Amino acid sequence: MNTAAAWTPDQPMVSIKDVHKSFGELEVLKGVSMDIMKGECVCIIGPSGSGKSTLIRCVNALNDIQAGSITVEGQEVNDPNLDKLALRKKVGMVFQQYNLFPHKTALENIMMAPIHVLKQDKTEVEARAHRLIKKVRLSGKESNYPGELSGGQQQRVAIARSLAMNPDVMLFDEVTAALDPETVKEVLVTIRELAEEGMTCILVTHEMGFAREVANHIYFTDRGIIVEHGPPATFFTDASDPRTQEFLSQIL
Amino acid sequence: MSRRQASLQRPTTDLPVLIAPSAGSTGRTAGRDSGCGAPPRLAYWHGFLLLAALLLSAGVAEAQSEPGRAGILETMIKWTPLLFEGFLFNILISFMAMAIGTVAGGFLGIWQISLLPSVRRGSWLVTQFFRNAPWLVLLFFCMFLLPFQIEIFGLVVPLPDWLKATFGLALPVMANVSEIVRGAIQSLPSGQWESAESLAFTRRQTLWMIILPQCVKRMLPPWMNLYAILTMATVLASVVGVSEVMTLTGEVLSAEGGRTDLLVPFYSYILVWFFIYCYPIARWTVYLERRFAVNA
Repeated sequence: MNTAAAWTPDQPMVSIKDVHKSFGELEVLKGVSMDIMKGECVCIIGPSGSGKSTLIRCVNALNDIQAGSITVEGQEVNDPNLDKLALRKKVGMVFQQYNLFPHKTALENIMMAPIHVLKQDKTEVEARAHRLIKKVRLSGKESNYPGELSGGQQQRVAIARSLAMNPDVMLFDEVTAALDPETVKEVLVTIRELAEEGMTCILVTHEMGFAREVANHIYFTDRGIIVEHGPPATFFTDASDPRTQEFLSQIL
Repeated sequence: MSRRQASLQRPTTDLPVLIAPSAGSTGRTAGRDSGCGAPPRLAYWHGFLLLAALLLSAGVAEAQSEPGRAGILETMIKWTPLLFEGFLFNILISFMAMAIGTVAGGFLGIWQISLLPSVRRGSWLVTQFFRNAPWLVLLFFCMFLLPFQIEIFGLVVPLPDWLKATFGLALPVMANVSEIVRGAIQSLPSGQWESAESLAFTRRQTLWMIILPQCVKRMLPPWMNLYAILTMATVLASVVGVSEVMTLTGEVLSAEGGRTDLLVPFYSYILVWFFIYCYPIARWTVYLERRFAVNA
């Protein structure tokens, strides 16, 4: 935590510098850099297999990197002596497949980590869990098991579960990709509210409309590199690289 | 093992043997096992078949027996208390072997997914060795390699033959439980580990609070199946001289002067007991399998 103490809010909260990552022979990230300031919402877009998900999985050390540097609040992630638990208490993550614990109710899913990982007081955690359930608009579903909830509802429980740890950064890994079109919106509304409240968010997404409205900055990745980036106002209209133009023309 | 409970709507009768499976139940079976044909299912009336075989063999033997000898039924009733004691001994051995094997196999199974390569490989090797060794060979090994008594802190603890046999049976149980545990853990989606990791749970916490509770459901049916197999295997202990039901049956038969007409009725009698004991376990296993399949 000593390194973290040196960090001040005027520095990037998450700083990614020249990151290289390979799975065996396959090089997935070939020197990626980006800085995310506190309170920023960043969207990473790009074709499948371009390394988007791998990149954000590296931020909370679910994947390790071969070269480069990732710091979260000044703490180096690419460090063999990294305290992964300390890092993950600061970084929340939401997955495409929700990954709720099926043997626990919605409320228990949210309460588990604060009680057992942060060792917080149970009544205090329960009150917070109820607030979060309300925040993601799932009041009344507290005692439902994940199997009894729709995809969109499960994903919102997963967001609340991550928020219960009071993270400083939230990572969203294609969180709407497995959802029905009609439930995508309810999840995006929740994320938008978070971003508007000042939560630092990094999203990997295919929702261009959402990216345009909510993101402060958009990165376009292709084959392991960042091809182009910029604020949404210019990114969608003034894309200069032919790869970006082609991708946008296919998806918009 | 059996497939599914016969339909509950089946009319009750004194002659269950004659009842064909109802259309409803075969329909469901065909629906569920589509493509591979409905396998026959063990039903309660199979037990009656067994009983009928016993009575028939007893009847035939009775008819052929020389006058002046004690009747077969009479002889069987006479020895029933002794044989039943032997049978309870089998149950005791099965309980103990299952308990020892489950605890040891539980740890062995968890070690099989250890992050330490030496622990992982070592427990894999132990599991494979005991899982693929013939049960009888393991039984003999335990009989002849274990001492007849051991000394713990100056206290001499005798190791009677039946206890050694229990250890011998616990070894393959351990290895099978180890595989059941490993298989259940690895059958869970990796997302469970990842989301627990991202919530800063330690590996140990993840295993005990998130992974294993979900595995219990998946492990229960194969575990009960293993118990039924173990129970039937306890008669192997007769080969190494433990006074369980098979040994006693042999002794009873020689006490009766080696009457060949008694052989089939007596052994059928023991068979029926095992059926009565194991059949409910099989039924319950099927019930659990079906329940968990719906909720999983």
